Amino acid sequence: MPSYVDPEKCDGCKGGDKTACMYICPNDLMVLNKEEMKAYNQEPDACWECYSCVKICPQGAIAVRGYDDFVPMGGQVHPMRSSDSIMWTVKFRNGNLKRFKFPIRTTAEGAANAYVGDKGANLDDECLLLESDLPTPK
Amino acid sequence: MALPNKPLGELPAVVDPEIKEHECDVLIVGGGMAACGTAFEIKKWAPDDLKIILCDKASMERSGAVAQGLSAINTYIGENPIENYVKMVRNDLMGVVREDLIYDLGRHVDESVKLFEEWGLPIWKKDADGENLDGSKPAATLREGGQPVRTGKWQIMINGESYKCIVAEPAKTALGEENCMERVFIVKMLLDKNKPNQIAGAVGFSTRENCVHVFKCKTAMVACGGAVNIFRPRSTGEGKGRAWYPVWNAGSTYTMCAQVGATLTMMENRFTPARFKDGYGPVGAWFLLFKAKVQNGLGEFYANSDAVKDELEKFMPYGASAVTPTCLRNHLMLNELKAGRGPIFMATDVALNAFLDARREAGMDEKAVKKFWKHLESEAWEDFLDMSVGQAGLWAGANIEPEKVGSEIMPTEPYMLGSHSGCCGIWTSGPEEAWVPDVANESRAHKYKWGYNRMTTVDGLFTAGDGVGASGHKFSSGSHAEGRIVAKQMVKFCRDNADFTPELAQTAQELADEIYAPVKLYHEHVGKTTAADVNPNYCKPAGIMMRLMKATDEYGGGVATYYMTSGKLLGICLDLLRMLREDAEKMAAGDLHELMRCWENYHRIWCVESHIRHIEFRQESRYPGFYYRSDFPTCDDENWKVFVNSTFDPATKEWKCEKVECINIVETDPWI
Repeated sequence: MPSYVDPEKCDGCKGGDKTACMYICPNDLMVLNKEEMKAYNQEPDACWECYSCVKICPQGAIAVRGYDDFVPMGGQVHPMRSSDSIMWTVKFRNGNLKRFKFPIRTTAEGAANAYVGDKGANLDDECLLLESDLPTPK
Repeated sequence: MALPNKPLGELPAVVDPEIKEHECDVLIVGGGMAACGTAFEIKKWAPDDLKIILCDKASMERSGAVAQGLSAINTYIGENPIENYVKMVRNDLMGVVREDLIYDLGRHVDESVKLFEEWGLPIWKKDADGENLDGSKPAATLREGGQPVRTGKWQIMINGESYKCIVAEPAKTALGEENCMERVFIVKMLLDKNKPNQIAGAVGFSTRENCVHVFKCKTAMVACGGAVNIFRPRSTGEGKGRAWYPVWNAGSTYTMCAQVGATLTMMENRFTPARFKDGYGPVGAWFLLFKAKVQNGLGEFYANSDAVKDELEKFMPYGASAVTPTCLRNHLMLNELKAGRGPIFMATDVALNAFLDARREAGMDEKAVKKFWKHLESEAWEDFLDMSVGQAGLWAGANIEPEKVGSEIMPTEPYMLGSHSGCCGIWTSGPEEAWVPDVANESRAHKYKWGYNRMTTVDGLFTAGDGVGASGHKFSSGSHAEGRIVAKQMVKFCRDNADFTPELAQTAQELADEIYAPVKLYHEHVGKTTAADVNPNYCKPAGIMMRLMKATDEYGGGVATYYMTSGKLLGICLDLLRMLREDAEKMAAGDLHELMRCWENYHRIWCVESHIRHIEFRQESRYPGFYYRSDFPTCDDENWKVFVNSTFDPATKEWKCEKVECINIVETDPWI
């Protein structure tokens, strides 16, 4: 189910160092053609359809078209992701629509506590941070 | 006319890349759950002057197996005795596992889950009436005693679309952005020039600029996941990308560690998951949360038949468990398919309607039932949308509504991994504690502990997650916890070896030449034909990968033969792989993306070769349903309830396979 880019919407992330989709794709598939200032998926048969590029694109320019070797045409699954939830629209081949909204995060972005400055106690036992009295097998 | 030939992609590779040399104390290779666990934990133990660098082939925010998200955390011990977790893993993996590693993981994993929740991961809870609350509703946290929604004994449900983003954030914060090098693909680990069997560095390259990065370090951790696209997949067109496991995992962990002499274990093990056909959507929630059953083509719910009970009795004690081992569930399914009683369907319609009928019988009015259905339907779709969107896309494209019609399930192509229901990987030390067996043997390949928990048989080289062998069922949370274990051990290693100064045997230029060899080959020969990909002087990584997958599929027990192989077929497979490995030296890359594909395929070939060697060595069929040897078709506990460990000697270039004793730590009577 490879991702594809709508040339009307893609602005090449305005010629920044890297486009959002290039930054995020776990499989290094999204690239920017600098002459056209448009991004594209350079290896559609290596696309895991993880939707990372679709979710991150600031222009909403990326969508997914089902793998052509087994998905009948006409359906589409498309997300709108905010800082705390994601809304999915599922369009069926027959035109039916379903919408689902799920929470994705309960804290503000950047607020995850990394316990900066906290230190563990004894380097020679097996306890990790916040742990004590580890059990042993009975 | 295509001429002149030009590189694919947008980032052409040049013959002479820039070289950057880095020195650090600790090098973390990988950016997935395990590596994020290490990055978070290590600063809690490291002195302030310890230099730590992490290299990720992708971006930590969405790298590794959890990139897409997950709908459940599969390992949360909670109220269960850890001993029972060990028993479950042991039985699912047909008895041959490292119980010390599994127990150790079990005592750390919940802390990782509690951290995830604190960081912002929504975890479903039970309310006072026993109804499910999604993770954004106000409820007590796990740390405060909140009750998660259990599906099976070990799994809890989450709203996990942003799981990886949430876990990567504190990892990056802890380590510092400046120490996280993204889009740097480490391809070789390097031994010390002077001290035998000691890791001293690594080399890799940027996929964004023509630059080779050479690292010197005192200790390193390699956690780059398992191996995908190693057997011919059922979908060979565009759908090749819809692998069940992340398509970017190329066996790098096993290959890079094996090449410097780290002993591998149980590389004969593989995972062949049965999943929704083609979309590879998860089945766990359907089985456990929605209580769905599978039907054969005759409409029979065959799992409880007398024939099945008789079949399971052939695999005792494993077949006796209330939860049949994953490989044996596949075995039963394959028996149906081979007998012509396919296709196998997950009766999603029966399962969902049973919930509605139960509510109606309990007196719920139709309006309330409708509201309940909305919630149930949402849970069912979220399972796919959180972790396998493509399956939702397939349902949408095929007009499938799960309450109206079931969906076909099918065993996939095989994968290699150590964190899910599989246990191939690297042989590591367990914790340095009295309850871990002390084996009197000079070789680490036979011992269970040698000073540093999760250290491989190479000094200073650690691994976690999919990397640690013989201890599956860690999943996302366990991999994170294992990464945290490694963090502390690496700091300890640095403290204990303060006087060690790493030195590399090769110069940075020699290393760069080796890494960029495919680029040089491309430039030397690209003009010699009128089509860049068809050239007698070189091959392209895309073709090499197809050649690998064809060899394994036909001779190594892939889907082509219903996972059947034999000594004779394995011999042919090894011959094909030997030539493939030789020809891999002739892979050519015109751009940086293709250079990445070249090195991934080197890693795949090595990893698969070790897999085939192990299957050949183990003269039995330990995992019926994952693979079979026609010449040794039974599970032979008398002779083969042992580990198979293999070691590549980097000096002599020779492989050695050996049997290693499997010692139980948790009671064996009762077995479960």
